[in-house]
Amino acid sequence: MFKNLTVGRALVYAALLLMAIYYLLPLYVMLTTSFKSLDDIREGNMLALPQAWQGGAWAKAWAEACTGVECNGMQGFFWNSIKMTLPAVAISTLLGAVNGYVVSMWRFRGSDALFTMLLVGCFIPFQVVLLPMAQLLGLLGLANTTAGLVLVHVVYGTAFTTLFFRNFYITVPDELVKAARIDGAGFWTIFFRILLPISGPIFVVCIIWQFTQIWNDFLFGVVFASGESQPITVALNNLVNTSTGVKEYNVDMAAAIIAALPTLFVYMVAGRYFVRGLTAGAVKG
Amino acid sequence: MSGSSSQGSLHALADRWLPKLVLSPTLAASLIFVYGFIAWTGWLSFTESRLMPRYEWAGFVQYQALFENERWWTAAANLGLFGGLFILFCLLVGLLMAVLLDQKIRAEGMLRTIYLYPMALSFVVTGTAWKWMLNPDMGLQKVVVDLGFTDFTFDWLVNPDMAIYTVVIAGVWQSSGFVMALFLAGLRGIDDSIIKAAQVDGASLPTIYRRILIPSLRPVFFSVLLILSHIAIKSFDLVMALTGGGPGNSSDVPAIFMYQFAFTRGQLGVGAASAMMMLFTIVAVLVPLMYMETRSAKRV
Repeated sequence: MFKNLTVGRALVYAALLLMAIYYLLPLYVMLTTSFKSLDDIREGNMLALPQAWQGGAWAKAWAEACTGVECNGMQGFFWNSIKMTLPAVAISTLLGAVNGYVVSMWRFRGSDALFTMLLVGCFIPFQVVLLPMAQLLGLLGLANTTAGLVLVHVVYGTAFTTLFFRNFYITVPDELVKAARIDGAGFWTIFFRILLPISGPIFVVCIIWQFTQIWNDFLFGVVFASGESQPITVALNNLVNTSTGVKEYNVDMAAAIIAALPTLFVYMVAGRYFVRGLTAGAVKG
Repeated sequence: MSGSSSQGSLHALADRWLPKLVLSPTLAASLIFVYGFIAWTGWLSFTESRLMPRYEWAGFVQYQALFENERWWTAAANLGLFGGLFILFCLLVGLLMAVLLDQKIRAEGMLRTIYLYPMALSFVVTGTAWKWMLNPDMGLQKVVVDLGFTDFTFDWLVNPDMAIYTVVIAGVWQSSGFVMALFLAGLRGIDDSIIKAAQVDGASLPTIYRRILIPSLRPVFFSVLLILSHIAIKSFDLVMALTGGGPGNSSDVPAIFMYQFAFTRGQLGVGAASAMMMLFTIVAVLVPLMYMETRSAKRV
């Protein structure tokens, strides 16, 4: 019925297109600004294409821009974030997989209550654990280290990963596991032989979710790391808000895109799973 | 089966204890790092702690200091303002886009990708981008002035009365696509036969949406509300990157207040008290929402 109303359809498409422009505009402005010269930025129009495309701001953002006292660009912090994100994602995902397996397939008296208790960790505002965590990391000698950040992200990420895997495993028919147990398969055999082979999709969802969360984290990074050990989000914020000398908007934008590239890349290649993770994370509780 | 009886009972024993053993490290971590740390922060909020933590009971002095602090009330009011508008616009924009995208749109996949990519970005990146877009000298203001509207001003970013609204703009940009995705999934989950029946009865498409489809999205609506209020109360990175809480303290929010008192001003006690207030706010908002969500999910 709506199909024949061509005016109506045109309006729908126009509205959708307008929204698309709204969402794309900041990305467009970031990209074009990062390739402009400072004169071009000052004299020209924000929406105009660069008069001459220049890569200088990118080189500077990567290797020379000041992020406080240091002026070595984003490169070191990019690697910090990688060194923090990869182990934290791997450990929290594996923990989540076995935890989810237990709370869905091996329920025991009180296991549901324990799972609910774990879930609370998904909802607390992290401000409420920052002060004790800072004390503890200091005691352990992990303050201002990447290892400390890995610990923090594993501790507070595992509630989410457990939830992901639990919600996936409860859709697996009980009979599968019961039959395997009658055949004499034990706890680990069932996990490795029966569940792991069918867990591919949920691993992808969980890894993408954790990767995005941990890479994009700012709060833990700014509180528990300083100087050399900062993750890239903190470095970006410092770079943008360093107020010495002329403000170089092209360098700011290049640095912002560098910080966004890994998660954008993941979104581009595995967007389908990304959305699934968001919706799965959304129907928690 | 080759297992002797002793091997079998060993198996059974392992199967009884392994699940608990496997779960225990995470449970221990949760007990310490979530429950223990909340208790620890709660205790700190009742002490005289300043630069260093102290553990002698001091009653409600920190809460008193917090409630007498004008900046805290600015932050709380900003959270109400930002949270309310952020949730409202995310819901409106998200629902509108979901309904529009539900009209058998040709390039749906591509449009969905475009609407959702901000969710992949860090709030710091979003804040940086919008800080540049909203720059009064060289940003969107100049674009409009260059078009010939020479009197046009758009200085919200540096205007103490308006700075908090820039956070709403950037926040809605980042999160509304996600709301769209949730609503769209909800709309797709509705049984087609309901729509067909209504069409047979002669209901127009807008009526079908208004009277049947959107009301049946109630459970999704509560999940969305839950997530958005959670994002709003915790919002920290976006405000830090976009306005830094300024100009002055005009766009301060509780998360920034807590961070600055606890970690840059050496007022651990006030920081702890403000963190506890944030926790109470989350509980006060989320528990009724969760209750309503489970109830509405049961009814449908």
